[in-house]
Amino acid sequence: MNWDVILPLVIFLISVFFVGIYTSRHIRSGSSFLQDYFLAGRELGGFVLAMTMVATYGSASSFIGGPGAAYQLGLGWVLLAMAQLVTGYFTLAVLGKKFAIVARKINAVTLIDFLKARYESKWVVILSAISIVVFLFSAMAAQWVGGGRLIESFTGVSYTTALFIFSGSVLVYVIAGGFRAVVITDAIQGVVMVIGTIIILAGTIIAGGGIENIMSELRAENPNLITPYGSDQSLTPLYVSSFWILVGVGVVGLPQISVRAMSYRNAKAMHRAMIIGTFVVGFIMLGMHLAGVFGRVVLPGIEVPDKVMPLLALEVLPGWLAGIVLAAPLAAVMSTVDSVLLLVSSAIIKDVYINYIKPDAEEQFVKKLSFGITAVVGLSVFAMAINPPDLLIWLNLFAFGGLEAAFIWPIVLGLYWKRGNANGAIASLIVGVGSYMFLHLNYPNLWGMHTVVLPIVLSLVAYIVGSFTKGVRPHTNTF
Amino acid sequence: MKKGTDWRYRVSNREAIMGTVLAILNFIWWYAFAYGLGGRPIKEYTYILGFPSWFFYSCIVGFVVFTILVWIMVKFFFKEVPFELDETNENEEGDVG
Repeated sequence: MNWDVILPLVIFLISVFFVGIYTSRHIRSGSSFLQDYFLAGRELGGFVLAMTMVATYGSASSFIGGPGAAYQLGLGWVLLAMAQLVTGYFTLAVLGKKFAIVARKINAVTLIDFLKARYESKWVVILSAISIVVFLFSAMAAQWVGGGRLIESFTGVSYTTALFIFSGSVLVYVIAGGFRAVVITDAIQGVVMVIGTIIILAGTIIAGGGIENIMSELRAENPNLITPYGSDQSLTPLYVSSFWILVGVGVVGLPQISVRAMSYRNAKAMHRAMIIGTFVVGFIMLGMHLAGVFGRVVLPGIEVPDKVMPLLALEVLPGWLAGIVLAAPLAAVMSTVDSVLLLVSSAIIKDVYINYIKPDAEEQFVKKLSFGITAVVGLSVFAMAINPPDLLIWLNLFAFGGLEAAFIWPIVLGLYWKRGNANGAIASLIVGVGSYMFLHLNYPNLWGMHTVVLPIVLSLVAYIVGSFTKGVRPHTNTF
Repeated sequence: MKKGTDWRYRVSNREAIMGTVLAILNFIWWYAFAYGLGGRPIKEYTYILGFPSWFFYSCIVGFVVFTILVWIMVKFFFKEVPFELDETNENEEGDVG
């Protein structure tokens, strides 16, 4: 491994670190501390909002796992990845201005604040907080393991050292700067992700002798590589379409995404973010996955899918450009874990501690507690990631689909269906998580669709049936 | 608390429906081109800029078209409403932040 590659990575890590630290100087104290620390005072502009949504959503799988799968399966996997275009506009359009306005009326800082005010039920709050803490904690640990392994593979330092460098820099700026540091660094990380995509795609097309040449070589090797069905014809239209639920519209139910829909400054910011977000997410997904397919012609015979991107970057690019490309997956991992870390910490402080343990806690104490809990959560993830326990790996399997199935209906129908009540929300949370775990373990990809589809349908049924029982309906017109 | 539903929610409801309709159109475009053109035997494939036509229309043109449609939707159909209302002055419009 040479310094050409490492230098851009080091510069990237250091600049993210200092920008994160710098933003922490804006943290206000006093009555607005929680709003400021967990929501940046609802002041996000369009560009930052778009970037933080895309970067939080885009993880290591967009840059490492996804292109690796595209390398093996061909254009069919790029088609599947393009189901994610819809995330660029759908979440903001559906939660919309109503979510932002309601959040202001009830002074909500977290997603659970919204659910608490809407359903007025202790059980909704407790079940939501448990799902967020348990699933996102394990998801975060998995991402940190990914981040550590990435640094390890690029630089050759040991895994523990890599993990320390990686998590150390993220932890410091998240603890000190809160949401503002998270979103500003997300914006930088998003830009790095876009630049990395442009470079690797251009480099691979040039190395492969142009798109026409690449396509004819792919067709000569295995014609199925250029069909929508995948090299082994495993990608059925139904299976690929079901990803529109998992990585498309279902993303509305991910708490780390939906909390961003209450953080923007005004309608103009939301409008701009939808345009920028759609373009950026489409560009990254199309570019990175295409580069994976094209890489098959440039560098045939890679057995381990996760090695495709790193090897390809080192093959087709000069060292320093490869370094910039390899900063992209690192940026994707960092921008996901920083958001999730803050979300887990807000669930503990705002949703559990202030709601049920000490509602009259003093501001100064809340401030210290916020820094403290964020640090404790971060350090425990670090400790877990050094030698991840099996339970954590197991829980992470359910993090993405389980949270979507749990939260999508309590959020969306809570906003748009007046009849929806606490019984419906509780049923939806339990059925969503429970059926996802059950099906994932016993009948994965039932009926040829991704496992997430059925739990989302079942949790909808549970929400509607539950809401027809007698229960509290909102008695104000806030909702 | 004033009577009736907040007038801004009607705007928001309409926009949520528009976003959902756009997502459905997006899916139809993506699916129809991918499996309509891509479902034929490989010998009959045509190519545009090097790409098989199914991929070109479904993924590349689809990406460009729907980015433009989002821009049109937001620019011409979405309404700028104030987020923080003075309760006594609630019909005021514009980009109050």
